Amino acid sequence: MAFLTLLAASAGASMLRLSPIDLLIIAIYFVVVLAIGFYLKKFAATGEDFFLAGRKMTAWIAGLSFISANLSSLETMGWSAMAYQYGMLGAHAYLIGAIPAILFLAIVMMPFYYISKTHSVPGYLQLRYGEGARSIAGISFSVMTIAVSGASMFAMAKILNLLLGWDMNISIWVASLTVAIYVTLGGLLSAIFNEVLQFFLIWLGSLLIPILGIIHAGGWHKMLAAIQKNVAVIHPGVQNADFTTLWRNLGSFDTNPMGIDWFGMVFGLGVAVSFGYWCTDFLQVQRVIVAKDLRSAQNGTLIGAMLKMLVPLIVTIPGLLGLAVLMNGDGSLMVLVAESDPRAGITHHTFNDVLPLLMSQYLGPGLLGLGVTAMIAGFMSGMAGNVSAFATVWTFDVYKPLIRKHASDRHYLQMGRWSSVVGILVSIATAYSLFFFSNILEYLQVLVFFFIVPLFGTVILGMLWKRATPAGGFWGFLIAIIFSISMWAFVHTFPDGYRPQPKAIISQGAVVHLEKGQEGDSEQITQISVESGSVDMVNVTIPGRQQDGAFIVTDASLDLAGADVTGQMHVLAPKVVLGNTQEAHKFGLEGVPLKLQPGVRVHSSTISKRFAPAAFNPDHAKIIARSEKAKPMAVNMYSAWWSLVVCLLVTVVVSLFTKRKPDEALKNLVMGLTPRPPETACPWYEKPLLWASVILVVLVAINILFW
Amino acid sequence: MIDHQENRLSIWFFIGAMVLVYGLLISGAGVYGWMNPPAPEVRVQLWPLHADVWWGMVLLVIGLFYTLKFWPKS
Repeated sequence: MAFLTLLAASAGASMLRLSPIDLLIIAIYFVVVLAIGFYLKKFAATGEDFFLAGRKMTAWIAGLSFISANLSSLETMGWSAMAYQYGMLGAHAYLIGAIPAILFLAIVMMPFYYISKTHSVPGYLQLRYGEGARSIAGISFSVMTIAVSGASMFAMAKILNLLLGWDMNISIWVASLTVAIYVTLGGLLSAIFNEVLQFFLIWLGSLLIPILGIIHAGGWHKMLAAIQKNVAVIHPGVQNADFTTLWRNLGSFDTNPMGIDWFGMVFGLGVAVSFGYWCTDFLQVQRVIVAKDLRSAQNGTLIGAMLKMLVPLIVTIPGLLGLAVLMNGDGSLMVLVAESDPRAGITHHTFNDVLPLLMSQYLGPGLLGLGVTAMIAGFMSGMAGNVSAFATVWTFDVYKPLIRKHASDRHYLQMGRWSSVVGILVSIATAYSLFFFSNILEYLQVLVFFFIVPLFGTVILGMLWKRATPAGGFWGFLIAIIFSISMWAFVHTFPDGYRPQPKAIISQGAVVHLEKGQEGDSEQITQISVESGSVDMVNVTIPGRQQDGAFIVTDASLDLAGADVTGQMHVLAPKVVLGNTQEAHKFGLEGVPLKLQPGVRVHSSTISKRFAPAAFNPDHAKIIARSEKAKPMAVNMYSAWWSLVVCLLVTVVVSLFTKRKPDEALKNLVMGLTPRPPETACPWYEKPLLWASVILVVLVAINILFW
Repeated sequence: MIDHQENRLSIWFFIGAMVLVYGLLISGAGVYGWMNPPAPEVRVQLWPLHADVWWGMVLLVIGLFYTLKFWPKS
């Protein structure tokens, strides 16, 4: 209970307030996961047990683990935020952006993974193409998993700090040590047990929010009507857009909030991103290749597909509810903004806060503890998944082939345990580095795109085309990774310099006077007058002054008015005093004239960057995503598509001019040279093809229903 | 009930026991809150529905089912 006292002591002003029963529920979770780790240690006695959970998982456990590894808290919070930002289009990530790929994995790819008895996806590349492709995949996967694990740790600490006021150091160390203990002791088996546990916690902790939210909104149709009415205020930049349909709004780039068309959605998300992620990300694939037999591996994957289609209930609907039911204390509509918005965290909550805000709105003592436990469990199992995948890939695809080829099983088991500990420590170091370089998160989020999509291109050609050569696989993979990184750099490059939006930040304690006027039904601020204090200005054109420097307003007041100055200027006041009432106040406004009275100190600066990872150059984005209206998600989807095309083209061209492997060396690795094991008798309801067909029909029905 | 490996407790038993305890705690907290209503300004939205009571009961039933079905046998 010691850490509970610490956590409670460090809690200050926060979005969610936990009661003792909530803390007890969280404590029980930690006790149970540690108990599972200690209990499972005796069942992880060999390398096969530790790295592959003994290859004895049933279809249900493999399927739940498969889907849980993907259902981290970053995922649930992130995709709720996407639904708030992009409307129902966010649900595509769970439909066309997942299901066809998962079915393909189950029916087409699983036999190759399973029959080749590989330990990992890089391991398959070694068998199919040789050491070159495996080394690129092994090393980049190791770096990626640790980086993502560290980022996940940092994100968890930051979110718990924002939501609950918990100290970030305590969050990082308590979560890391717990994960380190249970993964080091029980290996993949322990990670899988905790993922299945997390699956139940996430559903039981989250499902109540959409149920209560829809009751609160007055039913589904009233919720949709409220969304279409509110988005004009919440997302004024995309007023034409339809937020409540899946396909109807994808005919052109400006009728949907993502700035994408159907081609980008189908081929970018539905083919490149989705197949890359679901078919070749080892974190996912490892969960099902450890099933007890091929049919269980296939059925486990199909169970994962069915459950995946249900996830929009707890992710997309809360995001949509955020557009319909979130109100400020005074009854006005609550507007959430992007993380990059200068008002974020000062006067406005961000898109990422939509799920916690709904939790605070609907969940009382006990239920809130369950919701927070689900969130912590999601983060921790995400970390555990990355660490166990890292331990496997490091031991079998880096350490064994490159450092120590011939050693006993016991030696590799020890290496797996130690690499889990080292993985956690490096993750902690990564998390701490993010304290100082938080914009690295921008890079980490796209790391997956750089690597996973080219990996899929390489693996799928290897599986389906026996003419693909080791040189073709190596160069196709490498050039596509370089191309992918180059595209990312290209859209963030500004040859003429990137100037962030003009903003004026009024200092703490400054005295301001707000002039108000009536506009329609509501009262609006029409002018801000700063009476005393100081103002920091960035990229604001000040009439008659140099852009950089400090000065004090003398004699007459300084008016910053006119559309060219104020049209896009953000005025931020995190903590000021109102001149007429002497009350503390805070606000963030855009496009409101600002008047500075004599005596006010001004510091003005200009910022212009040639490379800005947080901003998109619309001229460059248009070349990749076919529209200057493309939002970041649309650019990512098109980038993924082009990198897949490059991977396939380079692999094919190089293969046609280089020496292929003989058929004997490709046995059990390529379609046509891999005899399927004879079908053992099973009841009709265990046949993978039947369930794959049912899932496909349900997928089509959902898309028609919400067309 | 054992899992695939001999003598190993089933994951479903762990889940059942944990959900059962959570169900007891949450429905208990809900009933307490119902009997001793908090001040209106600190109540959550839709408080009159007493979601914690019936959701706690749902957890309790699920937890009880899994705990009993996968109870370890010697």
